[in-house]
Amino acid sequence: MAEAAKSRAEAPERLPTWPDEIYRVLKDAGIRQVAMVPDAGHSRLIRSFEADPETRVVTLTTEEEGVAMLAGAWLGGERGVLLLQSSGVGNCINMLSLPVICHMPLLMIVTMRGDWGEFNPWQIPMGQGTRPSLEAIGVIVNKVDEPHLVASTVQGAANLAFNTWKPVAVLIGQRVLGAKNFKELARK
Amino acid sequence: MSNPNALLHRRDVVNELLRDRADLLVIAGLGAPNWDVSAAGDHPNNFPLWGAMGGASMIGLGLALAQPKRKVLVITGDGEMLMNVGSLATIGVEAPKNLTIAVLDNERFGETGMQKTPTASGVDLAGIATACGIRTSRIVRTMTEVAELRDLAHEGRGTTFAQVKINPEALVFVMPPADGVILTTRFRQSVLGDEALFN
Ligand SMILES: Cc1ncc(C[n+]2csc(CCOP(=O)(O)OP(=O)(O)O)c2C)c(N)n1
Repeated sequence: MAEAAKSRAEAPERLPTWPDEIYRVLKDAGIRQVAMVPDAGHSRLIRSFEADPETRVVTLTTEEEGVAMLAGAWLGGERGVLLLQSSGVGNCINMLSLPVICHMPLLMIVTMRGDWGEFNPWQIPMGQGTRPSLEAIGVIVNKVDEPHLVASTVQGAANLAFNTWKPVAVLIGQRVLGAKNFKELARK
Repeated sequence: MSNPNALLHRRDVVNELLRDRADLLVIAGLGAPNWDVSAAGDHPNNFPLWGAMGGASMIGLGLALAQPKRKVLVITGDGEMLMNVGSLATIGVEAPKNLTIAVLDNERFGETGMQKTPTASGVDLAGIATACGIRTSRIVRTMTEVAELRDLAHEGRGTTFAQVKINPEALVFVMPPADGVILTTRFRQSVLGDEALFN
């Protein structure tokens, strides 16, 4: 039962275009390594990268691994992106001192939970803590709440990260992703 | 050396691993492994960590994937490795040929007062690495085995993991530059050339 509800919850209601748009933006930015712990909001983008022979998609056991991995990529001259859910930002905080203190670019694309229309109370603490904790450790934060602005926000963040050698996070709000209601799904 | 049961000395181990290092790229975990690598000789192809505990192996993975023609050696502590032991699963799946992880296992958190780590109670890091799919994974107890490990790291014929059992000795600190920008920039300039100074 729970599994069925989950797979229904992950199926997109209508196909948004922004995941394909940010795939193009990230390709144009020269992204070669994609580090991720999956979130439903990233599933379409992850599939695009998995189908792309030029990018290496690495599944992490915890998001902080991705921060370290992309620091290594930068030391070796490759650019990467870290895809994660807002809850995963909490797993990264101390590791973010690495790109912050070394002036390394880091592009994080965070799909939000707990910021708008959330049904799961357990997502609230980290969802509300995402921006302040990123800013506290020294990551530049750009939030986007409108689907048509996602691609340009990611493009601006990629430029900021790779041209000024700074860690930058794009937060994609639940207004863009669409808040799901598991209680309704459970009734179906 | 006369007592075959004597634990290895960490600086002997590191000096051997870095013998004739050629263009080997080295990540050193925070604390004593950093000082050991630095004691063997400061080098632009070293990236010695002063923090980021739990990150050394994954920095090695990202670097190994970015530079498939170069050999990457991560030298770190058992405490540092255990902090993100899940990295071994990630690395076991990606399996870059050119990555070796050597854990200097003194069974202690040396830097913070020699408290015991889980390896002191028998946690088998090499066994964990094997179970994660890193086929060349071993416990190293002799200098002969260290020399073999050195060759594996330099040849880069498959992801390699070693848990090197060492003496829990506290040695004099030998420090590399502490500034992250200096360490990053000189490493990138050495590996990528002067172009790395521009975007
Ligand atoms: C996230 C984090 N937790 C704790 C510390 C404190 N700390 C610094 S070094 C260290 C122990 C390192 O032990 P190990 O990796 O086994 O190296 P050793 O010095 O024993 O060779 C600890 C716990 C830290 N720097 N960062």
